[in-house]
Amino acid sequence: MLEIKNLHVSVEGKEILKGIDLKVGNGEVHSIMGPNGSGKSTLAQVLAGHEAYEVTEGSVTLDGKDLLDMAADERAREGVFMAFQYPVEIPGVSTMEFLKAAYNALREHRGEGEVDAMEFLNLVKEKLEFVKMDKSLLSRSVNQGFSGGEKKRHEIFQMAVLEPSVAILDETDSGLDIDALRIVSEGINLLRNPERSMVVITHYQRLLEHIVPDTVHVLYKGRIIKTGGPELALHLEERGYGELIGEAA
Amino acid sequence: MNVHSKIQLTEAETELIRAFVERSARLPGNAQTVMTRDSAIEAIKAAGLPTRKVEAWHYTDLRRLLSAVPAYDPEVPVDDAEPLIAGSPVAAVANGMTARAPNVDGVSFSTFFARLSEEDSIAVPERGDDTVGLINIAFVSGGWGVEIADGVELAAPLELQNLHGGGQVHVRFPVTVGNQAKATIIERQTGQGEALVSSISDVEIGEGAELTWIIVQEQPDDTTHLGQFAARLAKDAKLTLFIMNAGGKLVRQEVRVAVVGEGGDFQMRCINLLAGDNHTDVTMVLDHAAPDAGSVEIVRNVVTGRAEGAFQGQIRVAQAAQKTDARMACNTLLLSDEGGFSTKPELEIFADDVACGHGATVTEIDSDHLFYLMSRGIGEHEARRLLVKAFLAEVIEDLDDEALVEVLEAKLDAWFAEHG
Repeated sequence: MLEIKNLHVSVEGKEILKGIDLKVGNGEVHSIMGPNGSGKSTLAQVLAGHEAYEVTEGSVTLDGKDLLDMAADERAREGVFMAFQYPVEIPGVSTMEFLKAAYNALREHRGEGEVDAMEFLNLVKEKLEFVKMDKSLLSRSVNQGFSGGEKKRHEIFQMAVLEPSVAILDETDSGLDIDALRIVSEGINLLRNPERSMVVITHYQRLLEHIVPDTVHVLYKGRIIKTGGPELALHLEERGYGELIGEAA
Repeated sequence: MNVHSKIQLTEAETELIRAFVERSARLPGNAQTVMTRDSAIEAIKAAGLPTRKVEAWHYTDLRRLLSAVPAYDPEVPVDDAEPLIAGSPVAAVANGMTARAPNVDGVSFSTFFARLSEEDSIAVPERGDDTVGLINIAFVSGGWGVEIADGVELAAPLELQNLHGGGQVHVRFPVTVGNQAKATIIERQTGQGEALVSSISDVEIGEGAELTWIIVQEQPDDTTHLGQFAARLAKDAKLTLFIMNAGGKLVRQEVRVAVVGEGGDFQMRCINLLAGDNHTDVTMVLDHAAPDAGSVEIVRNVVTGRAEGAFQGQIRVAQAAQKTDARMACNTLLLSDEGGFSTKPELEIFADDVACGHGATVTEIDSDHLFYLMSRGIGEHEARRLLVKAFLAEVIEDLDDEALVEVLEAKLDAWFAEHG
C-alpha cells in the first residue's frame, strides 16, 4: 500500500504541494485529476524521487517503508515505477541494454543472479505484445526518434517488464491519438492485478473511459479538494473544474 | 659533445643529457646516425624542453610537466601481454629492444636495431622540428620494421607491442603498406613501473591500400608517454586511425598525416579517458596536399578527477588540394568539476574549392538522462557508466569490426570501473 501523509513540496522555495493525503491500497487504481498547474506532475516526480523537489513536510511510505529516505533508484528497486509525461531521449544507450540493466538491478535487489540472456529476450518479446511494439525497438537508442505515441507505449512496455508494485502514470494519455490511447490503455489494463497499485494522473476524463479507476481525486493548487468514485470524472468532463474550484475557494 | 647550455637545465633535462652520455656508445647506428643523435641531444641541451610559449606545446608545458626521468634499466622484467584479438600475430618490443616477431604470409619483419647497425643503414629520419622526434632520435634502440607486400590482405590484425618494465624506452616502428594491400595494425603501449617512453610509428601507405591503425595506450599512471604517429597516403589510399588513451601520467600523442596522393581518405577517431592527475595532449597536423581527398576526425574525451587534456587539430589544405572535404570535431564529457579539456582547431586553407569545418563541445552528464535511468532501478554508478559509454560508443562502433569494438568497449568498462 502506498500511503502519503500531509505531503508538502517546494520547488526553488515555492510551495507546490500543500498537504496531500492519499492511500492507495493493493490492487486499487486511483486517478488524480486537476487543471494545469495544480501540482499533478510535481506529485509524480516527487514520488519517483526527483531531487529538484524539496519535501518540507509529511511522509510517503510503501508497505510501511519510508520512500522519501531513498534515492530514485532505490525506490524503483522497492517497486515504484513512474511512467514519464515526457520520456527523455538517450542517444547511444540501446533500449535492450537499458532494460537489462534495470531488470538485473531489480533482480540483484531481490538477491537473484543476472538474468539469462535468452530468457530475458523471450520475456521482453512477450511484453512487447502488451503495447503492440516491434522487437526492432530493442536495438534503438532509448526513446530516440520515437514518436509521441511510441514514447508512451515504451513507458508502459517498461512497466510490463519491470512489474512494479506501484505505478504512477503521469499524463500517459497526453499527445496520444485515439488508436494509440486504446493500445496504451489496453496495456495498462492488462497490468492491473490485485497486488499492484496504480496512480493515474490525467488532465482529461477520456483516459478514464478506458481505465476505470476505483477512486478519483481532484487536485487544485496543491491540495486534494474532492474525492469520489469514477462518476466524479464524468461530472468534471461535463461541468469542467470551475464549479469545484468555486466550492474550494 | 661540448656545447654550453644557454639556459638553466631542469632536473629532467639534466637527467636526459646524463643518460645520453652514459648510453650513446651502446646505441646502434653508423657514423651518420651517431652524428644525428648527437645533434638531437645538443638541440635539447641548447633550448631545453618546450614550454607553453612554444605554440605546438601551448597546452602541455613539457619543461614543467616532465619533472623526472627514470633511470634506464634494460634488465627489469617485462610482463607479456595477450594480443587484443585472441590469436592474432604479435611483434613485440620489450624495454626498447626487439623481442619477437611472428610469421605472417606477405609480411616481412626487420629489427630497427639491425637497420641502424648495417653499413648502409637508413639514417634516423630528420625530425629536427619536434621534441618527441628529438628525444626518440637521441635514444631509439629498437622496434620492428614491417613491410606488407603489394596486394596482401591480412586475415587477422597484426599487433605491435611496445612493452616495458619501467625505465626508459625509445622505439620506432617503420611500416610500409604495399599498393592495394589491406591491413589492420594494433599498436599497444603498455608496461609496469614508472617509465619515459618515446614511440614513433612511421607509415607509408601505398596506392589504393587500406590501413586501419589502432593505438591503445594504457601506460601505468606514473609514466610519461611521448607518441608520434606519422603517415603518408598515396593515391586512393585509405587510413583509419583509432586512438584510445587510457593511461599514463603525462601523455603526448602526435599525429602527422599527409595526404599526398589524390583521392586519399583519412579517418581519425580518438578517445581520451582522463583520470586522476593525468595530462593528455593529442596534437594533430593533417596536410591535404592532393585534390579530391577527404578526412574526418572525431575526438571524444571523458575527464574525471583533476585531469587535464588538450586536442590541437591543424588541417592544412594546399592550393593543389582542390575538392578537399575535411571535418573535425572534439567533444568532451566532464565528470568532475576539477578536470578540464582544451581544444584548438586550426584551419589553413590555400585552395578555393574546399569544404572544411570544425566544432567543439563540452558537456556534463545530463541530469534528466541520469534520473530516467535511475528511476528504473539502475544504480547511479551503472547509470553513469551507460551514459559515458553512450557518449563514446558511436566513435568506437565506427570501426565496424565486431571483435575490435567488443575489446575496446571492454577496456572502456574497465577504465570506468576503476575511475568512473
